[in-house]
Amino acid sequence: MVNNAALRRTIHPVHAVLLAGSLPLFLGALLSDLAYSSSYQVQWANFASWLLAGGLVLEGPALLWSLVRLLRHEVRRDRRWLLFVVFLAATFILGFVDSLVHAKDAWAMMPEAIFLSVIVFLLGCAATWLGFSRFGEEEV
Amino acid sequence: MMRKATLLTTASLALMVAGCGSDTQVQQYGENPELPGKQRGLFPTMTIAAPAAWGDNRPIVPKGFTVEPIATDLKIPRQALVLPNGDILVAEGKGGGDAPVTRPKDLIAGFIKKKGTSPVKGGDRLTLLRDADGDGRYEFRVVFAEHLNAPYGLARAGDRLFVANQDALVRFDYRMGQIRASGPPITVTRLPAEINHHWTKALAASHDGRFLYVGIGSNSNIGERGMAVEEERAMVWQVDAETGASRRFATGLRNPTALAMQPGIGQLWAVVNERDELGPNLVPDYLTAVRAGAFYGWPYAYWGNNPDKRVRPFKPEMVKKAIRPDYALGSHTAPLGLAFSNAAMGARFGSGVFVGMHGSWNRERPVGYKVVFVPFRDGRPAGAPVDFVTGFQKDGATFGRPVGVAVDPRGALIVADDLSNTVWRITPTSNRPPGQAAAEQGGE
Repeated sequence: MVNNAALRRTIHPVHAVLLAGSLPLFLGALLSDLAYSSSYQVQWANFASWLLAGGLVLEGPALLWSLVRLLRHEVRRDRRWLLFVVFLAATFILGFVDSLVHAKDAWAMMPEAIFLSVIVFLLGCAATWLGFSRFGEEEV
Repeated sequence: MMRKATLLTTASLALMVAGCGSDTQVQQYGENPELPGKQRGLFPTMTIAAPAAWGDNRPIVPKGFTVEPIATDLKIPRQALVLPNGDILVAEGKGGGDAPVTRPKDLIAGFIKKKGTSPVKGGDRLTLLRDADGDGRYEFRVVFAEHLNAPYGLARAGDRLFVANQDALVRFDYRMGQIRASGPPITVTRLPAEINHHWTKALAASHDGRFLYVGIGSNSNIGERGMAVEEERAMVWQVDAETGASRRFATGLRNPTALAMQPGIGQLWAVVNERDELGPNLVPDYLTAVRAGAFYGWPYAYWGNNPDKRVRPFKPEMVKKAIRPDYALGSHTAPLGLAFSNAAMGARFGSGVFVGMHGSWNRERPVGYKVVFVPFRDGRPAGAPVDFVTGFQKDGATFGRPVGVAVDPRGALIVADDLSNTVWRITPTSNRPPGQAAAEQGGE
């Protein structure tokens, strides 16, 4: 039973903060994109750029952390951890692409920016959901 | 945020080196330039000049001409003005530092573009160069005026010198032979200076001295700072020299970086830097006669009626209003200097304009980085541009970047170079006094 409890792991609290903290930022980016597309006020596009950048600043270390743990025995053979890493990586990569799209001047970012911001937010939600589940139970 | 910026920069540079977008040459000068489709990958294509010292290298000029540096170690020389007694005034400065960082991109692009410019602090002054004995060596050099604010455009009308600072048009009284301003400048009128994304204020005076024309650049590439900050931007102002009253003379000129008055008929001409991030071969920068009341397209249209829908709200009626400029100079060549030639430059280069091209950043293969001559016939551009001063780049190194050009009526082209902080003088070899040639042979 002791062995079983040790395997039922959750992520470190700091890892959790990095992971979940990116979500409101990605959501803010999406909402700002929508505000820009309906108002043509470029300040909304500027907000979206910074919010996205903020999301990536949190998501980057979270991804790194999950990769490091992947190398360790306790989660290596857990498919859900692998899935978590895949979703996290997809969020980060598409978030970065979204940042590049946001770097285009004025309306040149549209409509790709909105599509990407939706995808990044949903991927971020999925990655967080997976990250907050318990790992290692399958090995019991 | 800085960590993010560093990360992005490294990634951007790596991917930029890998290159993106085709960079084929298209015919892009004259009245009917080829206009390929718009291109913009995930990264704007950037190739930034890698500055290097001139060493033994020299600018290359056509056969029958000689090039000499007449002033070095200046503080960012931009434009030059030849005074009636042959003295040369050079405006030195660097403006636009107040443009706010509004996006992560601004941090990164600013950092990258800075690598292609001189690290020297702008002089905010006018330097006077004099060749007292007429041997082609400007042995006398003095600061004519200082504590200006990024002076750029220069013009003389009678006994007054006009200087376009980045925030105001000012004037000095001028007596022939004067070497030092007799007092602080008098403000003729304030100029639009908020943000100053494009800070250079070009200047030309009408022949009768009644009016001054001031080129005011846009506050963005294509409206990405919002259209509210584009009030009174991207246009040429006509300013009454006496009262300072101004009116819009022509609009839709994205960044009119140099103005010149055509000798004889007094028609105003401009070179204009067009928009970026539409691909290596869009949009051609141009030379045009500036027609009173005309709208030249920015930001809604380019080269006549080609729409640019990056700006919102988009105004189709403005696209219809836009008129075509006269003569394309190639995309991204960045013309910053314009001067009418005269007969003293020899038969081949006697009729037309010289254009100083600062050179590209927004395309893979660099273009510009030279001074070209656009021949005129019957007062209009006619035929292909001819390279007049080249050799500013060699083997991936950039020695200099031409900005302002001025023609000395005695037969010389003056070129300000804001990378090597040099003023170059190009003269027909036959024009040179025999004493100078002999001295050079003896000395070198």
